[in-house]
Amino acid sequence: MYLADRSTPQGATDTPDRVRGTVRAVSPTVLALGTVSLVTDVSSEMVTAVLPLYLVMGLGLSPLGFGMLDGVQNGVSALVQLTGGHLADRVRNHKLVAGIGYGLSALCKPLLLVGSLGALGAALALDRVGKGLRTAPRDALISLSAPPDRQGRAFGVHRAMDTTGALLGPVLAFLILGVAAGGYDAVFAVSGCVAALGVLVLLLFVPGRRQAPAPPPASVPEAVSVPNPVSGAPEDRPVPEARADLRAAFGLLRTRRLRVLFGCAVLLGLTTVSDAFLYLLVQRRTGVDEQLFPLLPLGTATVFLLLALPLGRLADRIGRRAVFLAGHAGLLVAYGLLLWAPATPALPYLVLVLHGAFYAATDGVLPAAVAAVVPERLRASGIALVGTGQALARFCCSLAFGAAWAAWGDGPALAAAAAGLACCAAACGVALRPTPTTGVPR
Amino acid sequence: MTLTPTRRLLILAVGVLLLGGVGAWSVLSAAGRAAEENRPRPGGPAFTAGKVDLGEPGRLVFRNTAAGPHRDRLVSVPADGRDGGPAGAVRTATDVSCLRFHSAAGTGVCLQAHTVLGRPAYQARVLDSGLRTLKTYPLAGIPSRARVSPSGRLAAWTVFVKGESYGTAFFSTRTAILDTRGWKLAANMEEFAITLDGRPYRNEDVNFWGVTFAGDDDTFYATLATGDETYLVRGSVARRAVTTLTRNVECPSLSPDGTRVAYKKRVMGRTALWREHVLDVRTLESTPLAERRSVDDQAVWLDDGTLAYALPADSRAGSDDVWTVPADGSGAPEVLLEDGQAPPAPARAG
Repeated sequence: MYLADRSTPQGATDTPDRVRGTVRAVSPTVLALGTVSLVTDVSSEMVTAVLPLYLVMGLGLSPLGFGMLDGVQNGVSALVQLTGGHLADRVRNHKLVAGIGYGLSALCKPLLLVGSLGALGAALALDRVGKGLRTAPRDALISLSAPPDRQGRAFGVHRAMDTTGALLGPVLAFLILGVAAGGYDAVFAVSGCVAALGVLVLLLFVPGRRQAPAPPPASVPEAVSVPNPVSGAPEDRPVPEARADLRAAFGLLRTRRLRVLFGCAVLLGLTTVSDAFLYLLVQRRTGVDEQLFPLLPLGTATVFLLLALPLGRLADRIGRRAVFLAGHAGLLVAYGLLLWAPATPALPYLVLVLHGAFYAATDGVLPAAVAAVVPERLRASGIALVGTGQALARFCCSLAFGAAWAAWGDGPALAAAAAGLACCAAACGVALRPTPTTGVPR
Repeated sequence: MTLTPTRRLLILAVGVLLLGGVGAWSVLSAAGRAAEENRPRPGGPAFTAGKVDLGEPGRLVFRNTAAGPHRDRLVSVPADGRDGGPAGAVRTATDVSCLRFHSAAGTGVCLQAHTVLGRPAYQARVLDSGLRTLKTYPLAGIPSRARVSPSGRLAAWTVFVKGESYGTAFFSTRTAILDTRGWKLAANMEEFAITLDGRPYRNEDVNFWGVTFAGDDDTFYATLATGDETYLVRGSVARRAVTTLTRNVECPSLSPDGTRVAYKKRVMGRTALWREHVLDVRTLESTPLAERRSVDDQAVWLDDGTLAYALPADSRAGSDDVWTVPADGSGAPEVLLEDGQAPPAPARAG
């Protein structure tokens, strides 16, 4: 907004239409949820940023402390997401379940003040559970508060705000440590206050149970047209009305479009090398300065932040499939660049730009695509189902990639991942082709 | 849910004020406590500004951890009983700050913190005997261990590396070995060839820490961790290779005569409890030392019969005391000096 204002002629009070349009076009609920995520991410990234310092300088942990804290199971976290999504649909109150998730993350912060490794582990585990619980209902709320032709924009705004929080958290944490040397307890206390503020914003500004007339008219035909009515295959029959129980949730997989999305999310997840490995690869294969290693995630996050909204809007305009696939193509190019490793100082930047663009093109676009094929009353379940599939697939990829790295070295392991990604992306490109009945997916 | 927008904003404002108040109070009280801890303690060591020479025989040079303006500074005290001895002497303080320090034969390595873009960053300084910086190397993480070879030619350091990604944090170590002759840096020891239990081994979870050098400026010992095990390895800098010798050895420290390794041995599974032992590198037999408290340090040999190591000071937060114990398992631990990290052996005369 500020930059846009500055570019307008002196005396002009109107912000450019494009910017105003964007802000106006995003519902207050999405902005409120974005604010909640921003604030919550400030809170959790504050803790993440100072944790190693705290462990080493504060608790005096020695080199073998790692691993112990990493023991929080990824699989459990994914299952929590499924539970959160399902519960939200079941009680028909996305805000309640999301609120419990945000609340858990806020409540666990005082545990950090205990100063023992066990309490720390418990706090981190609770934080993970909270994050798992809230993700699907929150994304469902976003999708439910934006019309179908503006889903990409809504998710883009949310992801940009979310990432902003992740970038601001460490800044705030180190500011506090600058004022109060060794004041890790102050960092944790402020983190708890910030998290509580996030819960307050959620309670005050995110509408609760939806009233009947709330959905914009445009979304109704979308939701109805979801199950493929033409093929007539028994597997495509609409899921039973009324109840949002477990059977209905898994019954979602009987609708073709969701099954395809689920399959693609899993396939692509299986070939998406985790961030941790990617930064290690960047470090090893581009010879980036040792001291810059901790800053690599900032590069990805900044690009993600800048591109989330433009690519979300692009997805609304030219179709989610194209943007989603282009994001994976970008990731493939990043793998290729790392394998080729040309001797240019621009290489690490290029890889990080592509990595950030990959997130911007896929992270919000996938739930937007899921939202378009899942009826309202199963929205959170559907988003959770695909999200869980993707998370578990990525976890498997991490295990496999680690094993491949151990057996063959980093180059061949990356080459295998790249080959896998190319095949999966091609397969998904075909599978996600618009069918005659559903038209071009938005 | 029948709140008017004005009421909502009002509640939000009250919430922001309350939470902001709690946050501000916690930051201010932490800042006050930090200032309190920075005040010199009554009865603590006295300081005088002066020159410190790493090559001067009979002086111990170490990182001072006493509260006050000289915290983290390199200081020196007499190694023997003169002028009140290591514990009582007035400390000669320099303006060089280090988080980890080691020296031998007039070469020092100082791992220190500074600030880049508002975030803490770390660097290794190689110092000459007058503590002038010869070379600076950026570090990828928080300093953990530093070592210089007996001749002063090789140096090694270990840092903690944090890789972060969305919601996950993993920790590992990075160990570098520097040859000051020609300034050749092996920035990541994990690229060294590993022979584990007699076979070539490779795994991306490999971590090294706690290098200690032999007198030939090639052989070294270190800790290797992979899976849930830690190993003592012997390696060659020239051949860029290591071989495992035995298990459950962390932070080895080679004796001046090169025959024994002092190390911390983890007791009771994966708890953070260690007992300091000395291992004969030929027979691989271990002797527990008389120190019964958990030692989390890479000990130093003051001579062929005495080890020094730091333990957290009971009553002074953030400070360490240095203790000594005979290296043969006899005797009892004694305080060498308060408020400091374990000093490397003093330079020898001649």
